[in-house]
Amino acid sequence: MSLLEVNHASKNFGSLVAVRDVSLKVEPGELRAIIGPNGAGKTTFFNLISGFFPPTSGSIVFDGKDVTGLSVARRVALGMARTFQITEIFPELTVFENLRIGAEVASGYRLRPWLGKSETAAIKRRVEETLELTQLADKSSRLVGELAHGDQRATEIAMALTLKPRLLLLDEPTAGMGDKETYEITRLVRRLHRDNAFTVVLIEHDMRVVFHLADRIMVLAEGATLAEGTPGEIAANETVQAAYLGKAA
Amino acid sequence: MSETHRKLAALAAIWVVLVCAPLWMPLVGGYTALGSRVLVLGLAAMSVNFLLGFTGVLSFGHAAWFGLGAYGCGLILKFIALSTPLGLLAGTLLGGVLGGMLGALIVRRRGVYFAMVTIAFGQVFYYIAFQWSSLTGGDDGLRPFYRQPLHLGFTTVDILQNSTAFYYFVLICFAAAVALMGFLLRSPFGRTMLAIRENERRARFLGIPVEMHIWIAFTLSCFFMAFAGSLYALVNNFADPRGLHYSQSGDFVMMAVMGGMRSFWGPLLGAVVFVVLQDYVSSITVNWQIFIGLTFVVVVLFFPRGLLGFLQARRRG
Repeated sequence: MSLLEVNHASKNFGSLVAVRDVSLKVEPGELRAIIGPNGAGKTTFFNLISGFFPPTSGSIVFDGKDVTGLSVARRVALGMARTFQITEIFPELTVFENLRIGAEVASGYRLRPWLGKSETAAIKRRVEETLELTQLADKSSRLVGELAHGDQRATEIAMALTLKPRLLLLDEPTAGMGDKETYEITRLVRRLHRDNAFTVVLIEHDMRVVFHLADRIMVLAEGATLAEGTPGEIAANETVQAAYLGKAA
Repeated sequence: MSETHRKLAALAAIWVVLVCAPLWMPLVGGYTALGSRVLVLGLAAMSVNFLLGFTGVLSFGHAAWFGLGAYGCGLILKFIALSTPLGLLAGTLLGGVLGGMLGALIVRRRGVYFAMVTIAFGQVFYYIAFQWSSLTGGDDGLRPFYRQPLHLGFTTVDILQNSTAFYYFVLICFAAAVALMGFLLRSPFGRTMLAIRENERRARFLGIPVEMHIWIAFTLSCFFMAFAGSLYALVNNFADPRGLHYSQSGDFVMMAVMGGMRSFWGPLLGAVVFVVLQDYVSSITVNWQIFIGLTFVVVVLFFPRGLLGFLQARRRG
């Protein structure tokens, strides 16, 4: 069974059709990339999946459960986590504190007035594991607002990871990065996917990143699906080349 | 570790100053009742800041819950029972429960809209207190009622005539309230408040139901506020519709901002500055509010993190 199924989703903003009848199936363990020119509706599509707003029509099924009408918090509880194109973090808190909030919420402690010793230790362990995984351990006590852009992006991904998500939605994880930072983040995503078996859907502009990482690629243009297939198929697809890759190359 | 030690030392210093206030205050020209006023208004400003500084939500009508606390306490003492603890309990419940009920209606509003709605709610209670003369005494305020001696079983403490005893009673109430506040802020729930302050969208996508958490923080803040208001009725033996007015809400916000809204103790310092200026300057000129306004402008322009925020930044940097 697919982990994520989007069935004929559309989203209108007034007379503007941002997403038009898009369907998508993501299998467990898959790394799926969504590409397309600016304004193709990629982020809107992400917002539909993650529950930022409801689709005008169509449905979203996560792990066999229809989540179309569920709140963001409920979807997160079911195992969806996302990052944003523009980094969304808690700037005046340290890296550790940023991650701890995620770990506590995911452990069901968000309304707790206190934690026991073993619970505190378990949270600390979970945060430290994630810091190791994302190679942020040496920056644990730094304020996130003072970190370099690349480390802030990594912190945001790490926050999503503290939720132990079953589906990780990454919106342009390398946006605004130089070559070295792009390389670091690409390695991180690959590690998460290959070594830790995370299911990932990512929007990306950098074609090197996409073709390096993705199992399958979906191409959106003007809100609709232009093509869908393996990196090889997409690279060979003439429509895609004409509409998108041709211009980029 | 030294940072932790420094914090502990600062905390100890604050409590020593507060506990010894009846000893040193007369030496600098103060009097004990002034100390009680500072504690109560400081608690109110800290309650506003619980929401403003730690959840990032500005309520401009918090005097409503303060005033309701005062009336709740006063009405009990005047009409129902001659019991100080019962008065405090009733006032706290009145303001807190009403605050929580109305809060549920407005947690989806943000920023200016939230502030406007809270002003409107506050003014509704102001006009009720102002108009319902048979119960509240209207414009003349609620009187006469007096704080009652405390029966502790083994002894009875007169807090009406003995102003030092009353100061310590207020200090104990203050200590209990701020200890609870500090405890909540260090809890997992308190950390979700910070998350909402820092970045609401991120908080939501970490799985925090933001509206529910803002409502809980708002309600807690209303209870703290109403408790402060109940104490204020005891300080003055009087409750007054102006305690519900939005200008009173503004004073509390001013204390919080002046003292430093990102620091736990900042609003208390703000209350000290406010009350001392008011007490001292108003004995010289009736236009004392000009001086408070000027001080506020200077602080906001030159110390945007408030007085305590400024002191802390200087020590670090």
